[in-house]
Amino acid sequence: MKSILKPLLMVAAMATGMTAAGTLPALALVELNVNKGNVEPLPIAITDFQGGDALGAQISQIVTADLKRSGLFAPIDKSAFIEKITNPDAAPRFDDWKVINAQALVTGSVSKEADGRIRAQYRLWDTFAGQQMSGEQFFANDANQRRVAHIIADAIYERLTGEKGYFDTRVVFIDESGAKNARKKRLAIMDQDGANVRYLSDGRSIVLTPRFSPNRQEITYMSYESGQPRVYLLQIETGQRELVGNFPGMTFAPRFSPDGQKVIMSLLRDDGNSNIFAMDLRSRSTTRLTNSTAIDTSPSYSPDGSKVVFTSDRGGRAQIYVMGADGSGQTRISFGDGVYSTPVWSPRGDLIAFTKQTGGEFQIGVMKTDGSGERILSSGFQQEGPTWAPNGRVLMFFRDSAGGPKLVSVDLTGRNEQSIPTANFASDPAWSPLLE
Amino acid sequence: MGRIAALTRNPVMIALVAMLAIAGCASKKTPNNAADLGLNGAGAATPGSAQDFTVNIGDRIFFDTDSTSIRADAQTTLARQAQWLNQYKQYAIVVEGHADERGTREYNLALGARRAAATRDFLVAKGVSASRLKTISYGKERPVAVCDDISCWSQNRRAVTTLSGAGS
Repeated sequence: MKSILKPLLMVAAMATGMTAAGTLPALALVELNVNKGNVEPLPIAITDFQGGDALGAQISQIVTADLKRSGLFAPIDKSAFIEKITNPDAAPRFDDWKVINAQALVTGSVSKEADGRIRAQYRLWDTFAGQQMSGEQFFANDANQRRVAHIIADAIYERLTGEKGYFDTRVVFIDESGAKNARKKRLAIMDQDGANVRYLSDGRSIVLTPRFSPNRQEITYMSYESGQPRVYLLQIETGQRELVGNFPGMTFAPRFSPDGQKVIMSLLRDDGNSNIFAMDLRSRSTTRLTNSTAIDTSPSYSPDGSKVVFTSDRGGRAQIYVMGADGSGQTRISFGDGVYSTPVWSPRGDLIAFTKQTGGEFQIGVMKTDGSGERILSSGFQQEGPTWAPNGRVLMFFRDSAGGPKLVSVDLTGRNEQSIPTANFASDPAWSPLLE
Repeated sequence: MGRIAALTRNPVMIALVAMLAIAGCASKKTPNNAADLGLNGAGAATPGSAQDFTVNIGDRIFFDTDSTSIRADAQTTLARQAQWLNQYKQYAIVVEGHADERGTREYNLALGARRAAATRDFLVAKGVSASRLKTISYGKERPVAVCDDISCWSQNRRAVTTLSGAGS
């Protein structure tokens, strides 16, 4: 298997000489308050990066697409640009950009180094304050061209919103092809924008619910390859696979702990019920966390590892519960009108995303970790399985329509829904941490 | 063993059953054995063959939404199954539990497992040796009926008793 996570050769931020915001008079630099209720997208002009033939335009296009899909930025059409940037290192004619209401401006360049790497640099300008806000350069090998653009988009997003970005990330998912009653399911991985799809399984066995390790190097998932469905680990780079635990029955619904040292999952009991176990990946010891004559499944750790949220039908129908990571203090937190499942703890720790079935619909929503403040972000006939972007501001899930599932993202406002392009049907997305 | 009997352990046959089930989508009656699904030759199967089991006994039972209770009609089917299985002890048995698509994936895996276990337990209570019985859940991953309405969902909420081969 080819290396797909080759470390990006990247230098730290380049001091550009012009970046001296701390010493300048206190000008109000453009910024976006993403915590306001209704964020007006920020008009931004992203010029083609100079040099590198088509690559410069391609980088600009990827940065533009990332920022636009976030819903927080309104990239201005290039045909409206007045100034043609010829030297991306020189201050632009700010008036030319102000007049088209570009509150922020991105210039940049790309070139080939003698050793074959590409060098990309960008500068972000505040046109109304008339100064540079940030500037960095990055080196990458050819295979990582798109990553350079995503890293630049993340840097711009972070500088303007004060929040970490999520563009330099990947998604593992299940690629689905064939008729509904004979679906071929393959493990697949791609960039968060749908590019660079690679298949990680051959489709001979049903595979489900892949999830990233916090180290980004491995995934845990469920496969029917041995006949009995079980949880496996897969090293993405080497393709090495390994059964997790040696349990007598079906194991399913795996997720990593935030430190990557444990996998938490459901184990089927002989009486037909399911309980939650955690397995330490080093010692291979297992700990039972629930022991109910009910379905206990879909466990997900809080980002500090101290708690676990899960689904249980111990109260009659499926609801969301929280417990300590040792199984203590199991408490129901969902009380709305409907059936709740697939809880996932936000990487920021503040919210739990879920799927709710009510009134013949499937809804994707979030609630606070005590169950209060429920908000529905998306409703549809059949949709489920949210996964968080690493900055905790965007969810991806899958929606069944027109004969099969496709991936969709929605931000926490619920107003910015985007479809993720995939060649085939796609389900069970799981977002990686930032790659870095 | 007849040709169709051999095919029951073959994916081609599974696909055939699935196609017939689609045709069954339009009918109001919930099919509960292969004869209802349109397979010919009811009564013509060799007694004790897998075809005999599927066609004359009925290999599947159906469940209510989000339920694992064995319904009265299913109890009749399972009693027939148990009698047949106790007569033809050469078969090992795998009970497959399935769910419809109106639930989330992991919950439905658990639900299918519980349906398979309930079916297994019923057969054991009717005298089928537990050592012959295994269960597997397919959750909502193996629908036989693929329309988007209740006539299909009801066919997919099922437990299927499969004969995994003579001997063992």
